[in-house]
Amino acid sequence: MKRKDKAASTPREQKTASMSRNRAASNAAAYVFLVLVCVIWLFPFFGLIMQSFRSYSTEYGGMVNYIVPKKFSLDNYRFLFSGRTNFLLWYKNTVIIAIVVSILQTGFVLCVSYALSRMRFRGRKTLMRSWFVLGMFPGFLTMICMYFLLKQFGLTQAGAVPGLILVYVASSGMGYYVCKGYFDTIPKALDDAARIDGATRAQIFVHLILPLSKPIIIYTALVAFMAPWCDYIFASYVAFGNDKTYNVAVAMTRWVWTNDYQGYFTRFCAGGILVAIPVTILFVCLQKYYVEGVTGGSVKG
Amino acid sequence: MLAYPMRSKGVFHNLPAGITEIGTTFTQGDWKTRISYVILGFGPICRGQILKRAMFLASEMAFAVYMVNFGWKYLSKFTTLGTVATQKINRKTVYGDNSFLILLFGLLTIVLIAGMVLIWRMNIAENRREEEMLKAGKDLPSNRSFAASFLDGNFDKTLLALPCAGIFVFTVLPILFMICVAFTNYDASHQSPTNLFTWVGTENFKNLFSFGRSGFGGTFLTVLVWTLVWAFFATFIDYFLGLLVAMVINKKGLRFKKLWRTILVMTIAVPQFVSLLYVMKMFANDGLVNGYLMKWKVIGSPIPFWTNPALARVMIIVVNIWIGIPYMMLVATGLLMNIPEDLYESARIDGATPFQMFRYITLPYILFVTGPFLLTQFINNLNNFNVIYLLTQGKPQSMKLTGNAGYTDLLVTWLYKMTVTDTNYKMAAVIGIMVFIVTAIIFLSVYNLLPSVRDEEGFQ
Repeated sequence: MKRKDKAASTPREQKTASMSRNRAASNAAAYVFLVLVCVIWLFPFFGLIMQSFRSYSTEYGGMVNYIVPKKFSLDNYRFLFSGRTNFLLWYKNTVIIAIVVSILQTGFVLCVSYALSRMRFRGRKTLMRSWFVLGMFPGFLTMICMYFLLKQFGLTQAGAVPGLILVYVASSGMGYYVCKGYFDTIPKALDDAARIDGATRAQIFVHLILPLSKPIIIYTALVAFMAPWCDYIFASYVAFGNDKTYNVAVAMTRWVWTNDYQGYFTRFCAGGILVAIPVTILFVCLQKYYVEGVTGGSVKG
Repeated sequence: MLAYPMRSKGVFHNLPAGITEIGTTFTQGDWKTRISYVILGFGPICRGQILKRAMFLASEMAFAVYMVNFGWKYLSKFTTLGTVATQKINRKTVYGDNSFLILLFGLLTIVLIAGMVLIWRMNIAENRREEEMLKAGKDLPSNRSFAASFLDGNFDKTLLALPCAGIFVFTVLPILFMICVAFTNYDASHQSPTNLFTWVGTENFKNLFSFGRSGFGGTFLTVLVWTLVWAFFATFIDYFLGLLVAMVINKKGLRFKKLWRTILVMTIAVPQFVSLLYVMKMFANDGLVNGYLMKWKVIGSPIPFWTNPALARVMIIVVNIWIGIPYMMLVATGLLMNIPEDLYESARIDGATPFQMFRYITLPYILFVTGPFLLTQFINNLNNFNVIYLLTQGKPQSMKLTGNAGYTDLLVTWLYKMTVTDTNYKMAAVIGIMVFIVTAIIFLSVYNLLPSVRDEEGFQ
């Protein structure tokens, strides 16, 4: 290949010229494709934003056959903050649940992952196996029983917020796979060195492993934080008709399903925007960690 | 999901040896050990192990109090689930047995008895160890070092105590409970505390597989087939399209890579109830899409996106692409970067076309690495509640289907409806068990076939 042969170089140059032309063409095709995909991807969000600005009083709050409102107004947002609905309360409930769950769940997952990754104790494999088998049962199977248990402690209906937190956190230890996979990649030699220096297991966990696990901690906390925003099933079941303890998903899903004809659709859009914006911003900021967790978890297995 | 330890020795592997040990410990042990067989922790207290004794003794006493005041009451009725019905005497309701509580606390008691047996065995083993240490002339560990061990040698117990307790109360117990419910007649007409329910054997399972007019057989089959079809398409379409998008974005010389990715992951970031409900409304009969098509005179009457069974099923799969691709794209992006560039380089020199390179380099690698991921995705999709429920709630319903099922219902959404709307708990439990069986069959049959499981070093 290193020989500079004049006769051979000319066709090769032609070839590279045609290749770069090819590449330019295929790049252009790729741009067109991506722009198209992005338009499709963003269109529903565009619609959501537009319709949230449609006025309830001067136009109509229900379903219409055009996307851009005739006149932009903040009616729907004003309605949400006016106190005529419990929107702010629902929002507060969701934020509280999300933050507390995020903290506690991360703690649980880290504890379980450390124990399973770093320590060898009797019944370890049995424990992992039985959790794995438990995971094959659909989650809603537990609903009836769980509702009863929560009710005993007054954690349903009016007490749904702490009740929901308990439900989300209680079983979260079973979701240790990604985090344990990450811990497994931290060399055991570090532990051994620390143990020789007289560190206890607890000290190793707090002072050695945790500082090295920032990405996975953020990933776990992020996923735990986002889940309560979308939960309809447990949230509606535990709150059981008690309007004040709904989360945003339950409350606004009801607007769409039952009150559409009263013009609640645009209000749903406005509320949806208010919910989506902080969560989306948070997600995009922490995207890097999310990607790391997702790829790590899916491949290591 | 996937860290599944395939090979391990069972706990009961050395059961016979354990029983002999209990016997020999008793015959060879001193009087302190022998008393410990009845009064747990008696040996350790005599030997100065106050902390251990306290733990053993406390658990024994708590267990005794529980059994006398609470457990026995329920366990004794466990075989019948209660016989005294609630009655109205002189306008006063006199509550009888509560089948729900009997079943739940009966189960709890059984589990606690098993736990007590385990603690009893630990107590014996502890006695034996202490005796042996004393015979060998060694000092027993002090109480302080025993307490300190929970931050060191026994740190796993400290870490796992709370998570395990949570999982036991909120997952294990409810699941055991529901498995039992599948063998009872607990439904809307047998609601406790007003009515009793009782064991009926495998009647509910027979009902699920009976294809008569009132049987669940036909509906179950329809829902099961759709669940599998849905999971198949949702998994593989998203997988390959996600891979395609990732490859396009990863293309050499293409700019704004981060922008494209960020736009796509918007569907992961925005809470699903917002995005899916909006899309649902977009394709509704009076929604934007139908509205515009009718305004432009493309169609005369709205397209029944959600009300025609076949169309609704296609729509669900299509909408799922919208939220499913970005996830796969993220996974694939990381993997594509791992493929050594010189593989492509040498293929190019050999005159391979881009398609050939994809077919013989990219695809085998990605498939190899993402085998477990595909399997998890498939199983997650079997249980993908949100997409179905937010888009169609399982509708369109039909007179041909029993149990309020609709044509887009998955097993899990059907299970949900049975629990919440119909309060047909017995059938909900049966379906839950079916979901478990389907999941387990798929997992066990596929897992061992995965190349990355069979041969970890295969792709080097």
